[in-house]
Amino acid sequence: MIVLRTPGGLSLRLHPRALTVGATCALLTVAVGVVALGSGDYPMSAADVLRTLTGGGTPAEAFIVHELRLPRLATAAAVGAALALAGAVFQSLVRNPLGSPDLLGFTQGAATGALVVVVLGGTTAMLSGAAVASGLATGVLVYALAWRRGVHGYRLVLVGIGVAAILTGVNGWLLTRAPLMDAARAVLWLTGSLDGRGWAHAVPVLVTLAVLGPLVLAGAGPALRLMEMGDDAANALGVRVERLRLALLATAVLLVALAAAAAGPVNFVALTAPHLARRLTRAPGPNLLPSAALGALLLVVADQVAQRAFGGHQLPVGVVTGVLGGGYLIWLLASERRAGRL
Amino acid sequence: MQSRLRGTAMTLGYDRRTIARELTVDVPDQSFTVIIGPNACGKSTLLRALSRLLKPSAGAVLLDGENIQRRPARAVAKTLGLLPQSSVAPDGIGVAELVARGRYPHQGLLRQWSREDERVVAESMAATGVADLADRPVDELSGGQRQRVWLAMALAQQTPLLLLDEPTTYLDIAHQIEILDLCARLHEEQGRTLVAVLHDLNHAARYATHLIAMRDGRVVAAGPPRSVVTAALVEEVFGLPCRVIDDPETGTPLVVPAARRRAEVAS
Repeated sequence: MIVLRTPGGLSLRLHPRALTVGATCALLTVAVGVVALGSGDYPMSAADVLRTLTGGGTPAEAFIVHELRLPRLATAAAVGAALALAGAVFQSLVRNPLGSPDLLGFTQGAATGALVVVVLGGTTAMLSGAAVASGLATGVLVYALAWRRGVHGYRLVLVGIGVAAILTGVNGWLLTRAPLMDAARAVLWLTGSLDGRGWAHAVPVLVTLAVLGPLVLAGAGPALRLMEMGDDAANALGVRVERLRLALLATAVLLVALAAAAAGPVNFVALTAPHLARRLTRAPGPNLLPSAALGALLLVVADQVAQRAFGGHQLPVGVVTGVLGGGYLIWLLASERRAGRL
Repeated sequence: MQSRLRGTAMTLGYDRRTIARELTVDVPDQSFTVIIGPNACGKSTLLRALSRLLKPSAGAVLLDGENIQRRPARAVAKTLGLLPQSSVAPDGIGVAELVARGRYPHQGLLRQWSREDERVVAESMAATGVADLADRPVDELSGGQRQRVWLAMALAQQTPLLLLDEPTTYLDIAHQIEILDLCARLHEEQGRTLVAVLHDLNHAARYATHLIAMRDGRVVAAGPPRSVVTAALVEEVFGLPCRVIDDPETGTPLVVPAARRRAEVAS
């Protein structure tokens, strides 16, 4: 820990390892991003990409970078960061490493809204709006069902898993009601895909991250750390536990719903990024900033793998995160079991 | 008798189950107050109310004459500390790092770690004898050491009032005495007001300066141990026939349960 102090009595606490992890992930995201912007049917060198980004390049290059590839990259980074930040908040709130929004029903809830729009036949904008709305509605439902003189971690996890199971069933039923063409589109959306994403997808997530991110990091980060010691301990230290938990749950659900609206329910980023971040920083606590940076990196890399690693065959990014994350989950369950925590 | 912390005509309970009605207690300033009573008499519930974890459905807890539920959370946390019965040490956290968390109510966005914070944390660890463990992970400590670390965290909060919910549970007898000796020293040397819930009547009689005896959600007696701990009162509160003699070590009252035959005769 490094402490910076000014004569005026101001003091800042910095954790070099956490900052290094966050900065490294951010730099790697940029580096992979430059590669991603240069690869595709029209390959460009890194120098060309950078020149185009700074306003140079031919009109064709400018169109390809600014209108085709950059929005997709920005969506990937923003969705990854939003999911990871939400996952870190959730896991910390419910004090459970498995307490991630994809296991607690929020992503499934967002999908339900999207599927309803598919079945009824709506536009893409309507689909995004419905995903956000039903994701938030699921958040309210889970909170209300788990509420009993305050919401406690264990109840929230159990209620969330139950709601997730119900909504998965509902989603399956909705798919059978959709016309064949729309059902195919819906399945692609359900897998989580970044194909053809434009600025309209990236901007809502980016703006929300820019507004809520600093609020969560600076405003709630220290209190969230205390809540990991138990509600009583946090209350005794002057944290308004129930109020903060509601605010943080709402924020996390909003981030997940917006991410799902932009890229579909991309699985496992919210679960794995906070775990990996904690392993890298070796610091207890929610590790919010390193998690968000790592989430952005994970999804940008996963999308690059999905597009390029299988020759001419492009996969939806959700397949890649699903395979990687599923493997990670099995390993996590095995190691938690060995440590006697399960 | 001055009391910064008081409960007046409180009704306490969970959901629809009422534990106590019209409960009024005063915590004398600078006292080491111990709440005793049989299981389910409401002593932990009372402590939860005093520490504002439980909101009374009627009546109020007054801290410096003001309703504790209406005061800003941080301001209360600078006056009133609590060592809860079950706290979880986050995975892999170090001793000094955990103790430092007690400084939270004194910190802010631009005042994250002052020299004052540093000094108080070092003093708290020294006072509880965990300074040598500063860099050790809390997971690796013994039960007694861990409890001293939690106590150090509560001390770092620098509150004139400190509430302790069964601080000796889960400890073996040597560590129980160690923690209670430590509490007594903090009470005497630092002039803090302590309020503890204890299970062991003899510990309570030995360490407390003020006892509150409860049964069925009511205060049966309150006052110095010498006047509260009598054979008649122990029988009334705990239903335990006994003799009360002088503790040969400290001269405080010592409860000796009646031998089996006498107990059978008595019942």
